[in-house]
Amino acid sequence: MASKKGFLAKAWPPIAVLAGLLACWQAAVTLGGVADWLLPSPLAIVQEAARVWPRLMEHTEATVRLTLAGFAGGSAAGFVLAALLHLIPGLRTGAYPLLVLSQNVPVIAIAPILTMLLGYGFLPKVLLLMVVCFFPVTVATLGGLSSPDPQLRHYFQMIGIGKWQMFWRVELPHAIVHLFSGLKISASYSVLSAIVAEWLGTNKGLGAFMLLSFKGFMPDRGYAAVFVIVALSLALFGLVVLAERCFIRWQPEKEAGKE
Amino acid sequence: MNGHLEALGREALRVQGVRKSFGKRGAGKEVLGGLSLTVADGEFVSIVGPSGSGKTTLFKVIGGLERPSEGDVRIGGKLTTGERGHISYMPQQSALLPWLTVAGNIELSLAISGVDRRAAKEKTNEWLERIGLQEYADAYPRVLSGGMLQRVSFLRALLAPQRLMLLDEPFGALDALTRLQMQQWLMSIWEQNRRSVLLVTHSIEEALLLSDRILVLSSSPAVVREEFTVPFGRPRSEALWTDPRFNELKQRIYGLLKADMEEGE
Repeated sequence: MASKKGFLAKAWPPIAVLAGLLACWQAAVTLGGVADWLLPSPLAIVQEAARVWPRLMEHTEATVRLTLAGFAGGSAAGFVLAALLHLIPGLRTGAYPLLVLSQNVPVIAIAPILTMLLGYGFLPKVLLLMVVCFFPVTVATLGGLSSPDPQLRHYFQMIGIGKWQMFWRVELPHAIVHLFSGLKISASYSVLSAIVAEWLGTNKGLGAFMLLSFKGFMPDRGYAAVFVIVALSLALFGLVVLAERCFIRWQPEKEAGKE
Repeated sequence: MNGHLEALGREALRVQGVRKSFGKRGAGKEVLGGLSLTVADGEFVSIVGPSGSGKTTLFKVIGGLERPSEGDVRIGGKLTTGERGHISYMPQQSALLPWLTVAGNIELSLAISGVDRRAAKEKTNEWLERIGLQEYADAYPRVLSGGMLQRVSFLRALLAPQRLMLLDEPFGALDALTRLQMQQWLMSIWEQNRRSVLLVTHSIEEALLLSDRILVLSSSPAVVREEFTVPFGRPRSEALWTDPRFNELKQRIYGLLKADMEEGE
């Protein structure tokens, strides 16, 4: 298939670069005599990961659960918010600065506030993720809702479309493409925010595992957690891209170059 | 004038003394200056006028998107000033939704125009087949050429149940050859399926080829400067171009437009 060939052609340069980097890393540690408590070699990290695999997976599961809940909740909230801001006149101008403000408060400050209010449970962490995840979705969706071609809008007004039908039939489908750009950003943010949330207050999840490992002078374990986090991030991003492909069949493959 | 109307039966559109100004409390530039016109049932009327002569505003007033400062609009004998949903419309750009198929686009517009889903589907299929576009029924608009898109766009307007069709420069974005083909095509479809049409065009030839009557607008503010009844029978063809009356009318209309533009300068 032509597209498969295209994928291979595009995929091999980054893979080669990555492999090269790992090889350099390995060589620097083994040949350069770097102490393994300072910087473990990739092989040592993999070995350590294999050794603590069940525990690593247990923590991964907790992180995945948190990430998915926060990402789904945040995106849903972001989408609904965008629709409301779009549909209720005046709300957009009124509330938009507030939304931007919500992103200016550092995550690292929101987390302890939420912990103080809601304790150490699952809820404050999910809320933290939602605060981070909703914003890209809202901004992207809102942009999409208000940007259909003026010609399209004019045509449908001329034939007497109502406000709701305009929303469902014209604006919303148009916004889907934009929604997915927002979702891709949120997907990446959500994993990182989950780590921060776990770092700040729990004993479960990769964030906590990482913290313990580094503090306990087991950097190889910490790095193993980092590898898993990167893999999670990529996987979630990939899932969103896949969903986008399934959902937006009508578009020519112009997104291909962007990924 | 009245005799002409009675001969054609009921009137599809009457625009009466419509004024429209923009700017602060309507005190700004007057775009429509007490414009009146009628389209009889089953009649094809064209509007030609210099650019910026308020044709777009006139269409918005008829479509109910803009309220006139003065005057009113009657469609099918009913007062519809400022009301939407009484016309079908074909814009210059096809305005098909890129995420719906050709058939889907037509069906959606029919649904918005008040046709029920199943009837819309049947009608769409039947007509796509009739005009030879059935192979494109499930294609997305992006794979269609400009001429094809306009055929779909015209069909979408034609199938709507509204009595009056507004065609806004429908072939303005097409190349000359495609434009000629499209005029022929539109005429043949329309002659088999007569609807009341108000067409805005920049092309005098197009107006002469297609319409029963031509209204020449003057610019700022727009009023109907002169009206021509096109004397050719139907069906028509390109053979019309060699008719001396065709050229004579063309020259007269051209002269009017030219005089208007020179006045404006």
